[in-house]
Amino acid sequence: MTEKPRVAVVTFPGSNDDHDAAWALGAVGADPVAAWHQDAQLPTGTAAVVLPGGFSYGDYLRTGAIASVAPVMDAVRAFATAGGPVLGICNGFQTLCEARLLPGVLRPNRQLEFVCEDVTVRVENADAPFLRRCSPGQELVIPVKHGEGAWYADEGTFVRLAARGQIVLRYADDVNGALGNVAGVVNEARNVMGLMPHPEHAVDPLLGSGDGGLLLAALVDSAAAFRATLAVAVA
Amino acid sequence: MKAVVMVRPKDGILDPQGDAVRHSLRKLGFEVSGTRVGRLIDLELAADDPAEAEAQVERMCSELLANPLIESYEIVVEDA
Repeated sequence: MTEKPRVAVVTFPGSNDDHDAAWALGAVGADPVAAWHQDAQLPTGTAAVVLPGGFSYGDYLRTGAIASVAPVMDAVRAFATAGGPVLGICNGFQTLCEARLLPGVLRPNRQLEFVCEDVTVRVENADAPFLRRCSPGQELVIPVKHGEGAWYADEGTFVRLAARGQIVLRYADDVNGALGNVAGVVNEARNVMGLMPHPEHAVDPLLGSGDGGLLLAALVDSAAAFRATLAVAVA
Repeated sequence: MKAVVMVRPKDGILDPQGDAVRHSLRKLGFEVSGTRVGRLIDLELAADDPAEAEAQVERMCSELLANPLIESYEIVVEDA
């Protein structure tokens, strides 16, 4: 049996879903390893990276802004540029937007209330690595918990992203005032994705929903595929 | 050398925080038709040339202090 693909979960000061993310990744077949915000390099053998939820650096300045310039982000940027799969969940999504690895920005919820509930999101485009285990139009039930989750981009960017299929998840109902009810986006190369809902909190139907497991399992698939390309490059 | 950066939500960008503050001001009896909430950053700089200081702060704004998608900023360099 081949070794499980190694997925690095980055911990920033104030991350609080790093352990849940690692547990959930382990449950869907990954070998989760911890990375630290001060690390200049990702752990050896990293085949995918997850930036977890939380309140990195106390959400100072803007959510994700300080994390976006942490030392480890240079390594994450290089990994993403090389085609490595990167997933940002909630605060991780905010961080990837601030790092300009993903388009747009997450703004305070329009209702100025923290939302913490199961929401339904619709798969707008399944032709992206982390959505390959879903079908277009499929509805997933995954919890959200955020105060600053209203995704925003200017009109031109929004239209361009929609046309290119980079808007991959939309809320079925208005959750936070996000433009176009956008819940998740991918970069142009589609190896970097961010979403506000927490798939790591939805991997076991006993706890309400296993739908998040579909996304994480697809991430592990991507990690295995990326590792195979690295093995070819080394050989 | 000192500098002040004022960061504001861009025109046309929804500012729920400003709206909430306006509602509260009205509740207190003030007639306020618009409120926008931004952020003020005081900087103490090693640079001693105003033009150099301004250029540095400009870079700080574009790299970290403001997000150009949603925020505008104004820089004031003060002689210490």
